[in-house]
Order: sequence, then structure tokens, then C-alpha cells
Amino acid sequence: MFKYGDLLIVSILVGSLARAFMLRIDYRQFPSFPHSYAIHLTLGMIASTLGALFVPVLLEEEYIAVTFLTIGAQQFREVRNLERESLLKIEETELVPRGSAYVEGIAKLFEARNYLALLTALVTSLIYYYLNWVWAIAGGAIVGYALHFMMKGPQVADIATVEIVPITFKGKNIGIDDVIMMNVGEKEAWERWHKEGIGIKVIPKDEDARATLANLGQRQAIVHDLSILMGVKLDTGMQQFTPLARLNLDSGTLNIIIIPQEPDKEFIKRAIEKIPVLESSERKPLKSKMGRKAAD
Amino acid sequence: MGEEVSNINSILAVITAKKNKEKVSGGVPIFLVDDEDELEQVSMLLARLTLGMVHDLGNGVKIIIKH
Repeated sequence: MFKYGDLLIVSILVGSLARAFMLRIDYRQFPSFPHSYAIHLTLGMIASTLGALFVPVLLEEEYIAVTFLTIGAQQFREVRNLERESLLKIEETELVPRGSAYVEGIAKLFEARNYLALLTALVTSLIYYYLNWVWAIAGGAIVGYALHFMMKGPQVADIATVEIVPITFKGKNIGIDDVIMMNVGEKEAWERWHKEGIGIKVIPKDEDARATLANLGQRQAIVHDLSILMGVKLDTGMQQFTPLARLNLDSGTLNIIIIPQEPDKEFIKRAIEKIPVLESSERKPLKSKMGRKAAD
Repeated sequence: MGEEVSNINSILAVITAKKNKEKVSGGVPIFLVDDEDELEQVSMLLARLTLGMVHDLGNGVKIIIKH
């Protein structure tokens, strides 16, 4: 075997597997074409190779070669652009769009996961150098899993409680409680809302959650994911059936109206609870002194 | 040049009964109809054709808006 061959192979393998492991978990947010899988597995392998090369390069005292890490970083930033572009392009074909905040979140995640693969490979090669291959694989797996675990953000269930409520009808205006959300002038549409429409209240647990739920990107993400998970009776040119998410200005409660394909209340509730809180939408006013004082 | 003219969120058409003629005027296409059924039918068709949505102003006047 060539010099450092074993070390490289073990680290690249563990790094690539870590990347594959993260892809598998991600099925819901990812448009899972086999080609996208191929792209991301290959990029993950390239990232792991970069990470794995780090130790041999230092051993050979070729310090200048460390600059290849910066080239790698440059490449992975490209990944983010690629994901963002393709997701924004298919956005036009979505009945309920993801919203740019959600797209940005997914793009960022795909960039970050390459760095995670790189770090996993780097740690594996370090352990391999100091101990042996058994420890290297075990250590790499633990690091890969730990990194992935740390990247998990909160879900809606962590910041709010979800309630299924009936829609209120005031003449042609429909909404939830006192909040008017839509004016439906068409009899047929009104009857469908009356018969099949479902109202959902997402009640924030504290001021942080309130600010987060008020974010338009977060609302769109909730509506998009809900429409994917529960289905939505909607077609192009049928704007009267668009699911909407609007705030109750007094309480900060997020009200959602939707005509789902599957009117199973229990699972609608659970589906919303599982929806991720977007990194870019998360607000923490309570972390500041002013925010805490004002909230009293 | 080349700037796309968008009619999103503007009123595309107004539909009302003949007896409400006084209530409507302006630069938007206005459709006068005879009765409630025709009002429903015409507004629904116009909404489908313009890919818009029917709104009811509550005074017998319906408008089409594309959101």
C-alpha cells in the first residue's frame, strides 16, 4: 500500500458514510432525485478526502498545502449557490411555495454538511494516526453522529402548542376567532371552506416564539410543509383555496386555514409540531435585557 | 423598456346587478347582470379565466382580484 494509504482510505470512507447518513435522514426537505443524491455523495467524498489529507500533509511538513482547505471551502460555498438556485427555480412550479427563507435554510444546510463530512474525516485520520483503525472508525462514527445531532434545530413543538379549531364565518369573510383572513366571494368556494376547511392555531409559548412565528419565512415554511404532508385541495388558478397563515396581533397566535386532502386532525397537529424552526427566522428577544424587562 | 406590467393585487373586473349601477364606475371592466344567479356565474367564470379570485364587497358588488 502507498504511504498513508490505510489512513486515507479509512478516513475517506468514514467521512463519506457520515455524509450519506445525513442525506438519508433528510428525505422530507430534499427533492430526492437520484441525481441529487449522486451529486451530494460525490461532494461529500471530496470533502472527506480534503479532511483526510490534512494529517499526512502535516506529517510531510508540506504546510503550504493546507491552503487546499480554503479552496475546498470555496467549492462548498458553490454548493450553497447551486442548491439555492435550483430550489428557487422549481419554486415557480410549487402550488404552495417554500419561501425564500426555507430555501436559504436548505441551501445553508447542504453547504454545512460538507464541512461536517470534512471534520469527521479529519478527526478519523487523527485518531488513526495516534491509535489504530478500530478506534478511528468508532471515533469517526461518534464524531459524525454528534456533529449531526448538534446541528438539529428546534421544531415547532418546542416553541408553540398546536390546536385544531373550527373556522369562523362572518358573511363572506372567513378566519379564526376575530381575525378575518380571507374574503371568499364565490358561493362554491365558500361552501367548500365551510365543509372541508380546517383551522389551526399555533400558540407561541413565550416572547421568543412569538417573534419567530411572526416571521414571514417561518409561516411560509409551515404552510408549505403542512401542504406537503397533509395534501392540499388546490390547483393553479384556484386562488380561493390557498392555505393562509395570519397573525392574531393581540396574542401573537399564528392562525392557519387550509383545506387538506387528509382531514385527520390528530395527524395535522402532529405534522405541524414536527416542522423545523428555520435558523434564519429564529428570534430571541428574551436573550436581551430590554426584551426580558419589556416582557414582564 | 422590458419592465413587466403586473396586475397582481389590482382589481381586474367588477360585477354587479343592474340595479346597483350607481355604485360602480371607473376604468375597470364593469359587468352588469340581471340577477343573483347570473352574478354568481359571471363572477366565477371571470375568476377562472383571469386566474384570479372573487371577492364580495358585501353590498351586492363582486370584484375579481389576482393575488
